[in-house]
Amino acid sequence: MTTAGTYTPEPGAAPLPRMIAAQAALETRMLLRNGEQLLLTVVIPALLLVLFSSVDIVDTGAGAAVDFLAPGILALAVMSTAFTGQAIATGFERRYGVLKRLASSPLPRWGLMTAKTLSVLVTEVLQILLLTAIAFALGWSPKGSPAAVVLLLLLGTAAFSGLGLLMAGTLKAEATLAAANLVFLLLLVGGGVIVPLEKFPPAVQDVLGLLPVSALSGGLRDVLQHGAGLPWGDLGVLAGWALLGLGLAGAFFRWE
Amino acid sequence: MRTEPVLQVQALAKRYGGKTAVDGLDLVAHAGVTAVLGPNGAGKTTTLETCEGYRKPDSGTVRVLGLDPVRQSRALRPRIGVMLQSGGVYSGARADEMLRHVAKLHAHPLDVDALIERLGLGACGRTGYRRLSGGQQQRLALAMAVVGRPELVFLDEPSAGLDPQARRATWDLVRDLRTDGVSVILTTHSMDEAEQLADDVAIIDAGRVIAHGTPEELCRGGAENTLRFTGRPGLDVASLLKALPADCTAAELTPGAYRVAGKVDPQLLATVTSWCAQHGVMPDRISVERHTLEDVFLELTGKELRA
Repeated sequence: MTTAGTYTPEPGAAPLPRMIAAQAALETRMLLRNGEQLLLTVVIPALLLVLFSSVDIVDTGAGAAVDFLAPGILALAVMSTAFTGQAIATGFERRYGVLKRLASSPLPRWGLMTAKTLSVLVTEVLQILLLTAIAFALGWSPKGSPAAVVLLLLLGTAAFSGLGLLMAGTLKAEATLAAANLVFLLLLVGGGVIVPLEKFPPAVQDVLGLLPVSALSGGLRDVLQHGAGLPWGDLGVLAGWALLGLGLAGAFFRWE
Repeated sequence: MRTEPVLQVQALAKRYGGKTAVDGLDLVAHAGVTAVLGPNGAGKTTTLETCEGYRKPDSGTVRVLGLDPVRQSRALRPRIGVMLQSGGVYSGARADEMLRHVAKLHAHPLDVDALIERLGLGACGRTGYRRLSGGQQQRLALAMAVVGRPELVFLDEPSAGLDPQARRATWDLVRDLRTDGVSVILTTHSMDEAEQLADDVAIIDAGRVIAHGTPEELCRGGAENTLRFTGRPGLDVASLLKALPADCTAAELTPGAYRVAGKVDPQLLATVTSWCAQHGVMPDRISVERHTLEDVFLELTGKELRA
């Protein structure tokens, strides 16, 4: 049945770029196959964009509603993938011993984290393509510099990834699932995504403005809606969250 | 044959909180199959996971293929294969997907399709991992451990919960690995498995190795073996005893059922049968009872292995 010598040792790691690419492809496949994740990353942002742009539920200030909403929805998309989706997926990978098993494979830990980040970025590109297409169909007319937008999206991704991994690496998988969804919902409502922060009392506004999703949606709005240059304040807030989240995740992440 | 041991563990200690899991464990394993045998909670998994680089020893040293599994893990990991006791696969993955993925992380992996066929997982095809039976998940984990063509494979209870057929498939694969020069360290609490597969057995209890040797050595050492036969009731046991070497005992346990205990070797067997011939006795159902690892364990610890 088996020829002698089939199992003769011939050990060796695949080249690093190939390992990371394979890992990123697998992670992306797992994410796109997961129905709940798709609901969170694609269906909800798309529905909110269409609904609130076409029905006048929230007073979004002067100008077309879509010009206010599209940047907020892009921020929501980043949060759904880098934070909620990544936290839940990683939490269950930890719970099911996937992280443990991979830790004894030739793929180094930093390689795994790089692959996770790549997978998040690929998913975000797909989300952004879909959501901008919908926004354009709804009459969106964005302004500002694409470079500033990319910078905001990347810093936002770093901030949300750090917080998501911190949660996934320290809480139980079920707790992560519940908490990540709850935080998603709270930040959706209180983070300036579809409801302008100006609707909240001034004292609350100042606090809400420091949330990562407020900084991301506010920054994107400054650029895309108002044509501002680099929104330094928002970039600073995002950088702060990124340092805090990634630093704490690096210190406290437990692999099993 | 490799001259350097594949595994060297010296005075390994590992505590979790106040609980001591491994308590000064010494173990040297050479090429071939080594079984680490012991009851649940003896420290088998902790020892294995320290060798795999998952745990840092509190004290003592561990060398796997001559490398420190924590500090030199980058060099070590491609050379070892690991089968965890459970899990290790994305819950959303299809049966073969994770195996193909692990293969991609290695430079010269086995033919995945042939391996799947070999372990009887061909029928699982695109079934989701979560819908596989426990036995199928076990075999998949085993496949993941060997697919990278490692020099040394760690198997944590590879046949726990398998049906006899799946167990045989697992055993056959372990034998083939050995034949092809792959070293195997496996944990088990089945003495049957250790006797069937292992060149070397280390019995551990309460975090220490309490006996180590080939299955034959372990079974020969320890206490005496037993020879039993049946004949007509009321034979002259005292006369039989006189014919036997001094350190043997003989008794009629129930009418017609006789037991000789001592160092049972071919000479003793000949002595008993010629005594029977002299006395016109036909020794029916004559049997020599070899010590099992189970007996050895019971003698060493006073505990049942399967407890």
